[in-house]
Amino acid sequence: MSEEEERLVEEFRRQLDEGMWAAVPTLDGRSGRRRAELVQRYSDIPAAADRVIFFPRAAGG
Amino acid sequence: MLLALSVLALVALALTLPLLWRSASSLPQAWRERSPRRTGSVDPLGDPGRERRAEQRARELLRSCVNEEEWAMYRDLGFIRVAGGLSRRTGDAEGEGPAYAYLVYAHKPIVAYVPSNGRLLSEYCVEFPDVTGQSERSRLPASDDVLAKWMALTSDESRVIGRANMHLVGRQLDPARVRRDLWRLGEWERRRSRETPAA
Repeated sequence: MSEEEERLVEEFRRQLDEGMWAAVPTLDGRSGRRRAELVQRYSDIPAAADRVIFFPRAAGG
Repeated sequence: MLLALSVLALVALALTLPLLWRSASSLPQAWRERSPRRTGSVDPLGDPGRERRAEQRARELLRSCVNEEEWAMYRDLGFIRVAGGLSRRTGDAEGEGPAYAYLVYAHKPIVAYVPSNGRLLSEYCVEFPDVTGQSERSRLPASDDVLAKWMALTSDESRVIGRANMHLVGRQLDPARVRRDLWRLGEWERRRSRETPAA
């Protein structure tokens, strides 16, 4: 694992440890539908993903 | 275009951190610098454009994630419709609409309704609060709130709905206003279909 990838893994874990959700925007090439895919492990990130978006966990309002 | 969107993603807001996996060497530090909620700092100059810029960045990030129709809907109407997940099993066949859908507003409850007849089902009160505990509480920019709801609904609908407080429509939202929004949405779609004929 490269040094840069190690930093990404570390940052990914830190964000999730702080209570964030991580999602990757995806595009279904067949239907054209866009959606998000939650990822809980760094290894879950699709190889084609160009970004991961961290956002707060949902809570009842 | 992709490069431009990636750059915009880099400046995502207080509680969103887009990572560009191929060029992320300075991101963690950059994010800390851009996140007043993390540092607990307050802009001493009281920059009046700060929220406006944050919202503009949030809009660009939202635009880069949702499809063209959803973006146009948000731009023109102020909300996004998201198809209910169960509809993939019950009503999302070729040529059919979803059995139920949600209207996603910024900083307002999510509304579930039946697209075929406009019946309002329920409102789901959900927030995306700062869970880091490192700074004072503040709201996400409006478009970030919509993006968080969109991502949560499209990725794990049952989880976000399970966490929300469900009520009949009317607890926080005016049902008449929601019905008016559905009417606006219908008109918007008719107008759009006339202007953009199917290929």
